[in-house]
Amino acid sequence: MIRYLITRLASMVVMIVLATLVVFLISHLVPADPILAQLGDMQAANPAMVAAYRARWGLDLPVWQQYLIFLEGLVHGNFGVSISTQRPVLDDILQYAPATIELSTIAFLLSVIVGVPLGVIAAVRRDSWIDHVARLLSLIGVSAPTFWLAFVVLALFYGGLQIAPGPGRLDVVHLPPPFVTGLYLVDSALAGQWDVFRNAAAHLILPSTVLAATTLGLITRTTRAAMLEALGQDYVRVGRAKGLKERTIIIRHALPNALIPVVTLGGLAYAVLLSGTVLTETIFSWPGLGRYTFRSAVSLDFPAIMGITFLVAVVYLVINLIVDLSYALLDPRVVRQ
Amino acid sequence: MSALAGARTPAQGVGETPPVDRQRRLRRQLRRYWLAVLGAILVVAWIVIAILSPYIAPYPYEQIDLTQRLLPPSAEHWLGTDMLGRDVFSRLLVGSRISLLAGFSVVLIGAVVGTLIGGIAAYAGGRIEELMMRLTDLVLCFPPIILAMAIAAALGIGATNTVIAMLVVWWPKFARLARSLVIVQRNQEYVEAAVNIGYGPGRILLRHIMPNSMGPMVVLVTLDVGQAILTFSGLSFLGLGVIPPVPEWGAMVAEGRELIQQWWVAAFPGFAILTVVMGFNFLGDGVRDWLDPRSRTR
Repeated sequence: MIRYLITRLASMVVMIVLATLVVFLISHLVPADPILAQLGDMQAANPAMVAAYRARWGLDLPVWQQYLIFLEGLVHGNFGVSISTQRPVLDDILQYAPATIELSTIAFLLSVIVGVPLGVIAAVRRDSWIDHVARLLSLIGVSAPTFWLAFVVLALFYGGLQIAPGPGRLDVVHLPPPFVTGLYLVDSALAGQWDVFRNAAAHLILPSTVLAATTLGLITRTTRAAMLEALGQDYVRVGRAKGLKERTIIIRHALPNALIPVVTLGGLAYAVLLSGTVLTETIFSWPGLGRYTFRSAVSLDFPAIMGITFLVAVVYLVINLIVDLSYALLDPRVVRQ
Repeated sequence: MSALAGARTPAQGVGETPPVDRQRRLRRQLRRYWLAVLGAILVVAWIVIAILSPYIAPYPYEQIDLTQRLLPPSAEHWLGTDMLGRDVFSRLLVGSRISLLAGFSVVLIGAVVGTLIGGIAAYAGGRIEELMMRLTDLVLCFPPIILAMAIAAALGIGATNTVIAMLVVWWPKFARLARSLVIVQRNQEYVEAAVNIGYGPGRILLRHIMPNSMGPMVVLVTLDVGQAILTFSGLSFLGLGVIPPVPEWGAMVAEGRELIQQWWVAAFPGFAILTVVMGFNFLGDGVRDWLDPRSRTR
């Protein structure tokens, strides 16, 4: 187990270093010029301004030197300074991250709590109406464009029926709770501001539901397939022959085995959520990483793009590592290979 | 052994099904695969619409009429008009072209590139395989839409650039699948036979191994066109897709996203995306079910 852990960690470190290279290459070897995007037309026409700008951001050095500067910064936890906000990229990321973490965690919990039982029931009652409904729902979930779903629920529940709060994390009348974690639900609960808590929770309902739609579909489908597989195994037949209750067979024997692929999917689902937030946050004016990424990409803010792509890749790798480790714990055969 | 063989009933002959039985089986298959049939109908319908759209659209898609702004759906404008008084229905029909084209090109080119890389890696083995698969892993360690976004932004706005950006993140999954498929095939006897005859590795890979492992690839390709269309429209929604006034569904939703009262501007193009992606997913799901022998017997 320990040897497995060390190998996995080592390969992860290698991947992270390579990831910095990829990120750097993308941002530097492409034809787009950040100067035109950042300076106005007037300033870009002035050679002295352009030269000063290049020197300021190190854009006049050879590419490999720029890469070394970038790497050296990373080692010191310095992701560079965002060209558009003029603040350190890490500060920006830390400021925007809690909003995204809160949103995607709620969405993730939602899709697991609904998706796993739905998948199990669909598998147990195969070809019944509930199976068909679950299948249809999950296929619609993975087929619906997140940004469109976001628009539709906003237009319906906020614009039309007026039973849901509008975009943003809080109504204008509420001030954000005192900063502890940046997660409004946690912070307001800690400060005992229950009206803020309720308002923040209400604001989370629509965006997290929208965000959960895709992952809900994925989790339901995978659970159903894995459960069907497990129910067809010999140990289930043995259980039935012994006269065990059907409920015991399903929950105690089949489900734990069926959950292995679902755990793998959990990591993937989180990644899907990270992608989904870019689109959801744009519609719901959610001040999170998704919107920050989008703004940086559009304004060709390379330090910000590099910082965020790199950070997300690291998160992605860490999630994958956790998934693989839990996989090894759930299924000892993995380590022995 | 002979006793076991004799125990089998001789009545299980193949190809002797009477016509009534065949009809019943067809009906059962249809009930089982109604989603796939629905998906196929949706996909074919959208392909036909994409081809015919310039001829069947009631208005020219770029026709601006500021006196007719933001009209709700009516007999003249079935799906209403947008901020510039353009007919939403016409733009939606024409918009199908770019979405389908982008989806198909990403998946087809991605599949060819990925299959070649994965196939070569698996057949070559050793260091080449190691190197190629690490490269694949490297691309896979980025969330696709975020990497595609960075690349699309760097390349500049335009449908072709968006497709290129998507291709960069799209080939690895095909490479992985192709590799696993080729590994299964490479130790088969027919490959050994081909080697002994003296065929070169390129010929063996392309003419012998690839055709034998195409089945699962086809499924992934069908399933993936929907995903590709979805991702393309997402990038387009973010302003990284087409240059206006080219009609594209994601961009149309983006244009109408502030207009909550005039919901038709954004709602219908998004619904079009949903139907076409659903079509591909239903179809892919059905084909996968059908190819999986375990699910067929159950």
